Amino acid sequence: MIVAFGDQYREWRVDTCKVPAACGLSGIMSEDGNLMAGDQIIESMRNIHDRGNGLGGGFAAYGIYPDYPDHYALHIMFEDSAGKVACESLLEESLEVAAAGDLPTQPSPAIVNAPILWRYFAKPRGELVEAAGLGDDDFMVRLVMTINTTVPGTFVFSSGKNMGVFKAVGFAEDVGEFFKLPEYQAYTWIGHGRFPTNTPGWWGGAHPFNILDWAVVHNGEISSYGINKRYLEMFGYECTLLTDTEVMAYLFDLLIRKHGLPLEVACKVLAAPFWKDIDIDEDPGEKELFESLRMVYASALVNGPFAVIVGFSRGMLGLNDRIKLRPLIAARKDDLLYVASEEAAIRQICPRPDKVWAPNAGQPVIGKLKGDV
Amino acid sequence: MPGNLVTSEFLVNVDHERCRRCKRCILNCGFGVFDFQSMTTADSSKCVACHRCAIFCPEEAITIVRNPLAFREHSSWDVDKRKAIWKQAQTPGMILTGMGNDLPWLNVFDHLLIDACQVTNPSIDPLREPMELRTYLGRKPDSLKVERSNGEFRLETKVANNIKLDIPIMFSGMSYGSVSLNTHRALAIAAEKLGTVMNTGEGGLHRELYPYKDHIIVQCASGRFGVHSEYLNAGVAVEIKVGQGAKPGIGGHLPGEKIGVEVSGTRMIPEGTDALSPAPHHDIYSIEDLRQLIYALKEATGYKPVSVKIATVHNVAAIASGIARAGADIIYLDGFRGGTGASPAVIRDHVGIPLEIALAVVDQQLRSEGIRNWVSIIAAGGIRSSADVAKAIALGADAVGIGTAALIALGCRLCQKCYTGNCSWGIATQRPELTGRLDPDWGAERLVNLVNSWSLELKEILGALGVNAIESLRGNRERLRSLGLDASTTEIIGVKPAGR
Repeated sequence: MIVAFGDQYREWRVDTCKVPAACGLSGIMSEDGNLMAGDQIIESMRNIHDRGNGLGGGFAAYGIYPDYPDHYALHIMFEDSAGKVACESLLEESLEVAAAGDLPTQPSPAIVNAPILWRYFAKPRGELVEAAGLGDDDFMVRLVMTINTTVPGTFVFSSGKNMGVFKAVGFAEDVGEFFKLPEYQAYTWIGHGRFPTNTPGWWGGAHPFNILDWAVVHNGEISSYGINKRYLEMFGYECTLLTDTEVMAYLFDLLIRKHGLPLEVACKVLAAPFWKDIDIDEDPGEKELFESLRMVYASALVNGPFAVIVGFSRGMLGLNDRIKLRPLIAARKDDLLYVASEEAAIRQICPRPDKVWAPNAGQPVIGKLKGDV
Repeated sequence: MPGNLVTSEFLVNVDHERCRRCKRCILNCGFGVFDFQSMTTADSSKCVACHRCAIFCPEEAITIVRNPLAFREHSSWDVDKRKAIWKQAQTPGMILTGMGNDLPWLNVFDHLLIDACQVTNPSIDPLREPMELRTYLGRKPDSLKVERSNGEFRLETKVANNIKLDIPIMFSGMSYGSVSLNTHRALAIAAEKLGTVMNTGEGGLHRELYPYKDHIIVQCASGRFGVHSEYLNAGVAVEIKVGQGAKPGIGGHLPGEKIGVEVSGTRMIPEGTDALSPAPHHDIYSIEDLRQLIYALKEATGYKPVSVKIATVHNVAAIASGIARAGADIIYLDGFRGGTGASPAVIRDHVGIPLEIALAVVDQQLRSEGIRNWVSIIAAGGIRSSADVAKAIALGADAVGIGTAALIALGCRLCQKCYTGNCSWGIATQRPELTGRLDPDWGAERLVNLVNSWSLELKEILGALGVNAIESLRGNRERLRSLGLDASTTEIIGVKPAGR
């Protein structure tokens, strides 16, 4: 197994190009907020084992930390204890840490060279947030960016509330067992098996990518990456990993959290309708909306093949690029929404769904949490 | 003593065995090269190699060759430098020239290579799938506010007026006066057919072309030629011309010979007077003055987009940032290879910087300041092919302007003698016997063909890149690589060298 660690990886990446990757995705969500153990998503990912090549696998789970619903749950990897010391002094400076401890794992022959994996539940220090003139969320984004770019060998896996990202170099199902996911209870699970084509594996480079509430698993290569990245940089996002998926996560954060676009509308930015369809739209209000979206958010159009599953605390989204160059299948059964790269990954865990369909290009599949969960 | 020490650049030979003495060459040459005394004779000293005679000679009896007269080689004192000295020693004055910089400066476009998809992402077939080139020019808000009412999403933000282009290519400003009315007609007809715009240049707009107002950008330059309120509203946008790539820092020059009754009426100046634009706008001595003019023009036009055209000079990034903050909606960058009807050769050849570099640093500067959405960038002055268009857009341009390329489509041979007003092709002249030979409909068809060809090629490039909308190439320098550029230039334009 090839394992190159963060700084070395980053250095290598700066000098080269972004990493093309093909992948397998699966997501399950209970719209009623019923909690599910991690076994199912692991089984689903095991079924599409061959869509990954063992150079990255990971999961995101929502609803797993009911004891700390209002704290940011930080999952952080450190390549060495020096990074941990440096990072923790940063955390101590900026946050009030309510609890900290190692992220539970169990030894596995399939997962080697594990970095130090630690978990923190924390809130930003109010006076610092105020002094910075930011909200809590923006403060946290800035902190995460600072850690990722300045602390050697350190990388924040996830920074949302009542959620977490678990990822490693390895096949998805092995990663799931390694992190003991069957012991967690979540109402949304998303999983990813990675098939990078020219990069050494790096734990931080596995999916999902997360920023605050958003976790993204992604199959595809964003041909518009260069401009999406430069666009995000205007808003203070630093794409430190030079991967497509990171861009996707930041775009969701920008469009929905910062610009306040409804999720459905943000999807029309990322997978914009074609002019030929906008031009014949008979609803003048919608026509103006779509035209303006394309004018204003031209640099946020994600062009090239992609299928993504996005997790967030209130729901789950499946979305394809505007001409559907990557597979994505959805299914429903009772209160459950399934989205995956292959129907087999769904039927593996739900043999008789009520409905199975292939979402059209650029048409989002959205699961929304009902009520207060 | 001999009056003229400068030898002819070209030699014109007439094959008298083939010549049928039809005298077409005499009629066609705008420079008076040919004469007829029992046989066709040619005064080579007047020849500019515009090829009009050779193309219209039915017997192909005319050949034009570079004067082979040998000069003792000298790598420092090349022949052009010696000739310039002979000319200036003979008659004091600046050496005038036309068209763009013709010195062999580094051309960055020729050192950039475009990417394509293989395996990990698919290329897209433009013959079978939609491929979008539509472009909007003007100010955009940083974000949009969208509300949901009755289950429907509604836009709350009012987006400022933008110019909608079907293709990211427009015709650059070339003034009526420097070019003929038929040239303007051809450009206007073509712009309408192509769904793009032409720019009037600084000489006003002939009233006959007012019906094309949806496809015209009217220019307001330091001479204010032909500027009145009706004119300002005779287009989709107004452009303040601060500078021109071919002659940064100096104003337009139109010799009185080119100012006949129609040009005089359009420009609102007396017939036969030299039209010399002041070097600066005398109401713009700094950025705050520019802001006042921008808003005066917006007030005068009901808030149409205002473009500011500048030559690409050393400090272009900071200047562009100031222009964006002064309220401009479009910044038009004219590179040092941009054309002109008349310019001192010393300015044309030695002042300014390449478009490619200026464009890259302006785009990056505006991004660093988070104000890139405020303005659109038009790149012009050195766009020669669809490859240049694609590279300019990848470096950060919203659209490009073509001037020289459009004139070449109309027959221009780049003889660089526009300032003489003798253009045999009826383009850069006002002599009625010459302007009449450019049929506007013929010209428009050629312009439409050219731009449509480039659009097809652009779609092919997008498809190879695996994207189906021009905005995914715009500013996407990740899809460019440099080859044979020095390291600092590569870094400045923000691309990686080939192999990385």
